[in-house]
Amino acid sequence: MNHRPSDIIQLQGVHKSFGRQRVLKGLDLDIPRGRTTVIIGRSGGGKSVILKHMIGLIRPDQGRVLVDGQDLNDMDDRELNQVRRRYGMLFQDAALFDSMTVGDNVAFPLREHTKLSQAQIMETVIEKLKMVGLVNVERKMPSELSGGMRKRAGLARAIALEPEIILYDEPTTGLDPPLSAAINHLIVETQERLGLTGVVISHDIAGAFEVGHHIAMLYDGKIIASGAPKEIESSEDPVVQQFIHGRAEGPIEVV
Amino acid sequence: MNWTGPLAYTGRKTMRFLEEAGEIVLLFIQALLWLLRPPFRLRLIFKQMEFVGVQSINVVLLTGVFTGGVFALQTYHGFSMFGAESLVGSTVALALTRELGPVLTALMVTGRAGSAMAAELGSMRVTEQIDALYVMAVSPIQYLVLPRIVAATCMLPVLTVVCDFVGIVGGYVVGVRMLGVNEGIFIAKIVEYLDFSDISMGLVKAAFFGLMFSLIGCYKGFYTTGGAEGVGRSTTEAVVLASVSILAADYVLTAIMF
Repeated sequence: MNHRPSDIIQLQGVHKSFGRQRVLKGLDLDIPRGRTTVIIGRSGGGKSVILKHMIGLIRPDQGRVLVDGQDLNDMDDRELNQVRRRYGMLFQDAALFDSMTVGDNVAFPLREHTKLSQAQIMETVIEKLKMVGLVNVERKMPSELSGGMRKRAGLARAIALEPEIILYDEPTTGLDPPLSAAINHLIVETQERLGLTGVVISHDIAGAFEVGHHIAMLYDGKIIASGAPKEIESSEDPVVQQFIHGRAEGPIEVV
Repeated sequence: MNWTGPLAYTGRKTMRFLEEAGEIVLLFIQALLWLLRPPFRLRLIFKQMEFVGVQSINVVLLTGVFTGGVFALQTYHGFSMFGAESLVGSTVALALTRELGPVLTALMVTGRAGSAMAAELGSMRVTEQIDALYVMAVSPIQYLVLPRIVAATCMLPVLTVVCDFVGIVGGYVVGVRMLGVNEGIFIAKIVEYLDFSDISMGLVKAAFFGLMFSLIGCYKGFYTTGGAEGVGRSTTEAVVLASVSILAADYVLTAIMF
């Protein structure tokens, strides 16, 4: 399997176990550049684990994770940090630093990795927060924000350094439907405005079809279907059909 | 019942203990390597110094003054049986500077700051804030662990000096003011028997204890798993392991140094 320049991230034959539990069983997945890919699959099926492999938070037991053709496994700390600076990541519960204000959270990557002046940083912070629809929250602590606002602030922090790739870990889980729609809209808008590569993991099917240019389905540690939303919709795989139509009966065991 | 049961249990526990000791040493080495690499986070170190040092002052003052006081009371009671009340002052001073000062300070600060380190890093771990640091290409070892270790190692000797001093004052108040030991003799005997090396060795021990409790607190917090319950478990384990390690290390260090 060789590197295709159109794919920015490639997972090749990735195996990962935690203790006795085998989570990924030889997973292959290509993430196309400049598009949004949604990975759907069951809760607890290892979707977050895939995402964490892409940014080197978890190393595979076997197999390769390539970013622009370079294996993350072969990199030392410094090289890995170079790659990580091309990423932004929105964590499931936003993972804002609760000891800092929202403004300092968004400013954090800027202070760490740029030589901007304090005034320029504040300007960028306000601009990024505005981009995700938040105003006058810079001085608030993360605990003062609602769940939806925290996710938005987390997204503002993720795009602060204008990354090439954004990873979204269940961006709409636990939000009410209008808020989910707003976040999905934000993902589409961010992608279009910044032209970046997005990887979203979700078990929200409607949202997946709305934001994804490309959809991959994870089942039993492997990607069993991958393609444009239309291809997934018309897939004849009974597992895919059961999942996207949310049926209780079918090959997926619901215990 | 399987007769190998207890043996297997002991073996498993021993292996886990050695594994943990190895992981703690590895964390220490990583932190040391980061000590030499910029950026140097002085602001974070000072913040931790304030937390470990300045905010522990009251606890240390109370510990010192009551320990010195009760020690004078007990030694007076014993020494008066053979007319050696004049040695109360020097006994209190020696016990405090060599043993009680460093050990009690370390145990009290472990309860206050070591537990807080484990809880803080533990909750950052379970809420993915530590992952977020990695993702933003900032080493959490350098950002979180190193400042805590440096601050604790620097501040514990300072707190120990405070504890030693107020402990002797406590001994003075009880011995001289309450029990009527002659003031001049009380002080003269301290000056006669107390060497500078008693104090300095005590401070070396204190620095070592500071390193130990902060390293253990950070280790337990950093590798927390299992949500809120896990944070609680890490905090308890950190305090227990750090306290026991301090007492064990105290014996070893004393045997080597004095």
